[in-house]
Amino acid sequence: MNTNKLELNNCASCPVHNVGNLKKLGINMSDYDYVVALAGNPNTGKSTVFNNLTGLKQHTGNWPGKTVTRAEGGFEFNDSKFKIVDLPGTYSLLSASTDEEVARDFILFGQPDVTVIVADATRLERNLNLVLQVLEITDRAVLCLNLMDEARRNKIEVDVRTLSKDLGIPVIPTEARQNIGMQELLNSINEVASGKYICKPYRMKGKSKELNSAVEKLSQKIKLEYPNIPNSNWVALRLLEGDQSIIDAVRTGELGNIKEVKRAITEDELQSEDAV
Amino acid sequence: MKQTEQNNEEILSLANNLRWDLGQGFHDQLMESIFANATTIAQRSVTTSKEKPLFSFDRALDRIVTSPVFGFPVMFIILAMVFWITVQGANIPSEFLASILINDIHPALKSFAGSIGTPLWLSGLLIDGAYLSMAWVVSVMLPPMAIFFPLFTLLEDFGYLPRVAFNMDNLYRRAGAHGKQALTMAMGFGCNAAGVVATRVIDSPRERLIAIITNNFSLCNGRWPTQILIATIFIGGVVPAELAGIVSAAAVVGIAVLGIVFSLVVSFGLSKTMLKGEASTFSLELPPYRPPRILRTLYTSLIDRTIIVLWRAVVFAVPAGMVIWLVANVTFGEESIAQVFINWVDPAALIIGLNGVIILAYIIAIPANEIVIPTVLMLTVLVAGLTGVGSGSGVMFDAGSASATGTILAAGGWTLLTGINLMLFSLLHNPCSTTIYTIYKETKSVKWTLVSTFLPIVMGIVVCFFVTQIWRLFAGA
Repeated sequence: MNTNKLELNNCASCPVHNVGNLKKLGINMSDYDYVVALAGNPNTGKSTVFNNLTGLKQHTGNWPGKTVTRAEGGFEFNDSKFKIVDLPGTYSLLSASTDEEVARDFILFGQPDVTVIVADATRLERNLNLVLQVLEITDRAVLCLNLMDEARRNKIEVDVRTLSKDLGIPVIPTEARQNIGMQELLNSINEVASGKYICKPYRMKGKSKELNSAVEKLSQKIKLEYPNIPNSNWVALRLLEGDQSIIDAVRTGELGNIKEVKRAITEDELQSEDAV
Repeated sequence: MKQTEQNNEEILSLANNLRWDLGQGFHDQLMESIFANATTIAQRSVTTSKEKPLFSFDRALDRIVTSPVFGFPVMFIILAMVFWITVQGANIPSEFLASILINDIHPALKSFAGSIGTPLWLSGLLIDGAYLSMAWVVSVMLPPMAIFFPLFTLLEDFGYLPRVAFNMDNLYRRAGAHGKQALTMAMGFGCNAAGVVATRVIDSPRERLIAIITNNFSLCNGRWPTQILIATIFIGGVVPAELAGIVSAAAVVGIAVLGIVFSLVVSFGLSKTMLKGEASTFSLELPPYRPPRILRTLYTSLIDRTIIVLWRAVVFAVPAGMVIWLVANVTFGEESIAQVFINWVDPAALIIGLNGVIILAYIIAIPANEIVIPTVLMLTVLVAGLTGVGSGSGVMFDAGSASATGTILAAGGWTLLTGINLMLFSLLHNPCSTTIYTIYKETKSVKWTLVSTFLPIVMGIVVCFFVTQIWRLFAGA
């Protein structure tokens, strides 16, 4: 099944055959229609995917944690301009380390139109921990199932269709190092961004009744104050956990002016990137 | 506005009350439910073939390179091989570049400047100062970097660096530092400023500070050429010619290893005094080995590292070249400023086995370590009053080959001891100005920036002092 999808690459008649439609814009991204965030565990090939899409040559390395700050780039696909942000690789979004905070704050406050989660096909179970956490924050995501060549080498097969149905988001098998699967990925990003594909993201099961009702209560109250927040349940959960940066965001009212926060983060990040 | 604030506080107090009702264990419960959900989903879509492969390349290789017995020897051998290839390979292109940039273009520029009637001070400042220092940096640095960086990047792409971190982790933890410091240390071997930025992967502020302060003990690329050149001249020079390459490579590895030892010792000291605390745990993932994409690696390491680092060196070398020309040519009474300073510092410098020339060179070279050797050579010629080499005093010239450089240094009163001390001092001195600025930006603290700047200098002076005194005790010189 997965190999089927990869072979489509060679098929010129197929609608996903869009090579000519991709224009790599490098760092030229003055105005854009959509923002794409690139998240994932460390060392799954996020930077390689980023380079493939933008034509930039960000240095990639075979070791976890090489992208510490965000890198940004742009590309044009089907007449839409995309700005893409390469986030630091993280195993979760729950702890308070700098890299996890950068990733989480961007997905939450930056409100990307699509979050692409790059996952290692040979270690799917562990990678899913992050996928599930991202799906708690945002509704619009695409799973890029990378390193399919390595999975094949290790005799691991992934049923992409079942996975996609279970997660409720598009799942694209790729081999980013060989530039395989990028067209399908682009197509999915475009479909989710433009609203052609409506994600029905998996929501975590198995929370206790008490927890669910507490989240519900708190979420109601948050929605009342901040009707524009799409993920009030997640904010409620973080508040219940005593997450300091979310508590601060509520206290200062930052949560309400997501647009302003978005700009603040960008400037802040640019400054810290100067240091590199 | 008041209303909003009140509502916000209400949200928070409701959260507090609910948290109280839920009790302690629910964070763990939440994590467990994430894991359980992930397992269920993964089981539905992943099938692994039951038969285990008979031979796993990754596992076999990991057993050797991360073994308690072979891990470190393999690491040293790989490092030594990288330096040996760099030392052997860089010589010929270096001489080639030097002969074009310095022997051909420099005189041509001079005579052109003369023919259009440029005043002597201007052509001196621009051609003998700025141009020559740039030419020197290019011919000395470009070839070793163009060999060293791709080799290092290939190792990185292949997946060897996390294995180094794995081997080192235990040592760092025992020194009271974070295991990931091994990774930032490895980054520092390329560039300390990059290594300092990379410490962001360390969560605990205490351990991050330790990693920032000790990153300078990783020899950066600006110092590799100094190490390689001095080792070739002074250490390679005392062994038979056929062994010279191997022995000088081993000496450079020795200094690099000494740097690692210093970073461990200083980490230990800091974690027992100024930065007390326990080492935190972390999990380190050993990524699978991946066949490096050689062409792509060559491209990115040439563009990303070599050219960018070289450009930085050139940008700093040009003004520094002018400064050198000025201090060597502006006179103060009978002598040039450089001469006055060198005579003044010489007695103190000799006690620690260095000389005034080296101290002045390190002051001029604060912006970039790369230009230390060119500056040393130029100043040595000036002091020793050599004639007939290069283009005369105040001109940074290329000595052509390692042996010619050695002749000049010997004429300047250099011995094997001076060479060894210079290698040690090159390891143990203040970080370059870019790194100092980066440390300030990352720590936002003047105090820690000053500590990171002056701690290595003090250590360098102490180490050179003891080496010199012990050496003199035994050699009787």
